[in-house]
Amino acid sequence: MKKDYEDIPGTIVFDADRGREGYQLNQFCISLRLQKNRDEFNADEEAYLDRYRMTPEQRQAVRDRDWNGLLALGGNIYYTSKLAANDGINFQNLAGLMTGMGVEAYREMMLNGGRPPEGNRYQYEWDGKGEG
Amino acid sequence: MARVTAGVGCSHVPAIGVAMDQGITDQPYWAPVFEGFEASREWMRKADPDVIFLVYNDHCTAFDASCIPTFALGCAPEFHPADEGWGPRPVPVVKNHQKLASHIAQSLILDEFDITIMNEMEVDHGLTVPLSMMYGEHGPDDEWPALVIPLAVNVVQYPAPTGNRCYNLGKAVRRAIESYEEDLDIVIFGTGGMSHQLQYKRAGLINREWDTRFLNRLTSDPVGLSRTPHVEYLREAGSEGVEMVMWHVMRGALDEDVTEVHRHYHVPASNTAVGHIILENSEYRISAE
Repeated sequence: MKKDYEDIPGTIVFDADRGREGYQLNQFCISLRLQKNRDEFNADEEAYLDRYRMTPEQRQAVRDRDWNGLLALGGNIYYTSKLAANDGINFQNLAGLMTGMGVEAYREMMLNGGRPPEGNRYQYEWDGKGEG
Repeated sequence: MARVTAGVGCSHVPAIGVAMDQGITDQPYWAPVFEGFEASREWMRKADPDVIFLVYNDHCTAFDASCIPTFALGCAPEFHPADEGWGPRPVPVVKNHQKLASHIAQSLILDEFDITIMNEMEVDHGLTVPLSMMYGEHGPDDEWPALVIPLAVNVVQYPAPTGNRCYNLGKAVRRAIESYEEDLDIVIFGTGGMSHQLQYKRAGLINREWDTRFLNRLTSDPVGLSRTPHVEYLREAGSEGVEMVMWHVMRGALDEDVTEVHRHYHVPASNTAVGHIILENSEYRISAE
């Protein structure tokens, strides 16, 4: 089925298909909401990850803290942000990492009013700019 | 009879809660965000609702991926602030008007809105940040000045309920409230937004023009506004901007003609455009008192 939101550039819409693919990954991430689980994860990441039936790609993206990769593999930002919080990364700094701009340049962009909609609505506007 | 006197639209950016909890609201970054809520706190003292019906979304805190209700009504006696990964917010436990909540649950289902009933639930920043913004500082040993009935809406996994569905749910909530015999003043909150995208390469999107039009149309064209398709929120207001469907529940519970008595808009708070509006039903001109 064609999805009318798939031509939005730089955006992964967390829909039911992604929810299905990312279920184990997202359940792992939300478990880190609790201190007891964070302690166990930080003591032995591999042993903790054994509890969740993630794909090898998802598991590697967790190891690599590949924030965009996690989203492409079915993660949702409200879940992956729990892994980021465990690592001491807040929402704004996580966004800075995902955009590829880096934390400082991203913060500066937000202070100047954020990313404008102009040129950022459709994938064709990003094609040829080396993005997307 | 219980009655809806007014509606409040309000962003619920988590960093705003953090700024309040850390006592840094007068720093240059935060001061302009909070200045716009000084009049709102004065208004809340005048409105003095007995109950707030608060429409918000959970951010994968109380609900994990195992169960994703589209509309979940809080029917527990109280709701504790949740640990979202950095400890619970130091704010009061949220107390429910449990009998009214049960009445609303029953009324909504017979009115063909098949909501989920939550008899145990923790609440995250989506619910507590708007209370903090509108009431100011309240510590964990304190009490919120009003009872709160939470309605959690799924806006995390696409699709969120349509704006039209939310608007009509607001009307059903009002019918439920007005069929409850106790003499109660109720203010309804729609929270979330405004434009923001937290994820992937387009993170940081802000659309001031679109947000302004949304705020204008809450008064001038609420029905047309409620028919905004999801793809427009996603494209124009960012992937997390779709939270704004929750404002239509608030708007649907008000009169067709309302008076806008306060508005505030500021960019940025962390990744987000902060938007806030107060709309009064004509019978209850709180701000004119």
